[in-house]
Amino acid sequence: MSVLAAVQPSFRAIAATVVPEAGTLDAGGWMELERIVEQALAPRPRRLQRQLVTLIRAIEWLPLLRYGRRFTRLDPRRRARVLEVLQNSPLLLLRRGFWGLRTLALMGYYARPAAAASIGYRADPRGWAARR
Amino acid sequence: MTAVVERFYDVVIVGSGAGGGTVAQALAPLVRDGHRVLVLEQGPRFDDDEFTGRELDMAGALYADGGGFLTAQGTMTLAFAHAYGGSTLVYTGTSLTAPEHVIRGWGVPGLDHADLLRRSQRYLTENNVHLLPAEEINDNNRLFVEGGARAGYRVEQFPVNVKGCRGSSLCNLGCPNQAKQGTNRVQLPRAERDGVEIVTRAEVLRIEADRTLAVRVAAKPDGGKGRPSEWAPGDYRLRAGIVVCAGGVMGTTSLLLRSRLPLPRAVGARFTCHPALILVAEHSGPITNDVGHPKSYFVDRGAEQRFVLETCMYFPFTTAKALSGFGPDHTRVMRAFPRLQMILVLACDAATPGNRITVDGAGRPVAHYHFTEETVAGLVEGTRAAARIFFAAGAVRVHAPFADPPLIEARDAEQLTDRIAARHFNEGKVAISAAHLMGGCAMGAGAESVTDGWGRVHGLPWLRVADASLFPDSLEINPYVTIMALADRVAEAIRVDAPTLLG
Repeated sequence: MSVLAAVQPSFRAIAATVVPEAGTLDAGGWMELERIVEQALAPRPRRLQRQLVTLIRAIEWLPLLRYGRRFTRLDPRRRARVLEVLQNSPLLLLRRGFWGLRTLALMGYYARPAAAASIGYRADPRGWAARR
Repeated sequence: MTAVVERFYDVVIVGSGAGGGTVAQALAPLVRDGHRVLVLEQGPRFDDDEFTGRELDMAGALYADGGGFLTAQGTMTLAFAHAYGGSTLVYTGTSLTAPEHVIRGWGVPGLDHADLLRRSQRYLTENNVHLLPAEEINDNNRLFVEGGARAGYRVEQFPVNVKGCRGSSLCNLGCPNQAKQGTNRVQLPRAERDGVEIVTRAEVLRIEADRTLAVRVAAKPDGGKGRPSEWAPGDYRLRAGIVVCAGGVMGTTSLLLRSRLPLPRAVGARFTCHPALILVAEHSGPITNDVGHPKSYFVDRGAEQRFVLETCMYFPFTTAKALSGFGPDHTRVMRAFPRLQMILVLACDAATPGNRITVDGAGRPVAHYHFTEETVAGLVEGTRAAARIFFAAGAVRVHAPFADPPLIEARDAEQLTDRIAARHFNEGKVAISAAHLMGGCAMGAGAESVTDGWGRVHGLPWLRVADASLFPDSLEINPYVTIMALADRVAEAIRVDAPTLLG
């Protein structure tokens, strides 16, 4: 069962703020990113999955108080500001929550072979022989 | 409902890593004497062609929670493997012997450094430990040597246990060329040839006071890696003469805690590790970093400043996670990947009363870990030293998680002491991980210990421990050789006690 389906637009907006290049992914790229994240979440406890969805929903709606708009309606600069507040929160619970969400976004983006290749990562089981 | 299968073995070894694999080989002579020796391993046995080097693919197959096992505080991840060979599949093969001052400091009656060194030397030979020749050293390591020397640090080369290393740089994802000589390549195959039985995908649920073990053998999941278990999936009840717990710090400690045994109260206490930070620096041109053995050199400041620096090279997601922050600055560092030099900073962490292993309601291990001021100071000093080495090696900028902002340009290299400081350590914001887990079933003589200096659990002579959970405090170096040396002692004591315990 999909964890992200209920919050997909918000998750994509957060992921594209964490990794700006994610914003340029086509439909297939997003599907691959979300499949990786869903696979990582699948074996985790339901309680943790619910907490993640709650955090994403909170990130979507909390900016209403400050900016009068939901997260997905904010420009990139303000989206980054919202996430920075979470990252630097005095509350460990919020910092941990954002750290987990950030980790998932980075995993979804950088664990894709296309992303690894795009940054010049070339490790190969053949080792030195592959470079000569 | 399928009936529980009952079987009898003279010796049951739980775990097949550096400890369990060593004990299995050392107890093989008991098989020749007519005894039955069994190894139970929770993870699967992998075929050689299953090691793809793909980051998530292998991390998910080899590591507990894919390498993301969180402490109870949620501020550090712990890396340990479940597989035939345990965590020896995922280390880099760096092979150091225990420092004399550490073993003296442990103060375990009957345990002396000379004995450990003698036993360690045997395994250094057996597992083909040697120094890599200069032509196999990549730029990432060479720059560490050059920068370290210029910055005034004593850089040493790691002896490594490889044979036929092709330089894939993928050690931590399981060597795709089977070059690392872990217990999966050396001790376990020998033990099997000598008649020791090894069963994979077999989890020990608990040990009873009548020396029986409740064991659950899992089926191979659809599409999963690894061979099916040697036994049919289901529940087993094994009667044993001697039980050796060697499932690693998390495995052994949690197994004892969920077993109905009259155990010493100290089980779970004295948990420690080497909290580690991945640091990266950017050079102006490409360097060879993701090819060649990744961890060939180190700087040991454990005794003086409580940190160790090691060369390292990680994979895209692991590297991305290790960097602070997000957004364009984060992306810029990732896009410099072919120009990145990496150093791992490890803090030498002392065992403290609050840090311990417990189990949750389902009997799963829970690691309680709080960073002490001394540990943070070790990480800060180590980060400063690494930054000095990076800049001395010619890096144009350094990423330091203990700096705000984390990117430090070469022109600011004189301000490292001010820029990198403990005030920037914010738990839950900095990615810290640990792979060297220690303690939980400490050796010793008093109420703070669980076993004697030979791994015998106090009050239960048939129950032994033979892994890093025996360490009463931090080892301050990479631990696998010391685990093997201690396991060798444990096996020797078992051979001595076998006539009494097995009849």
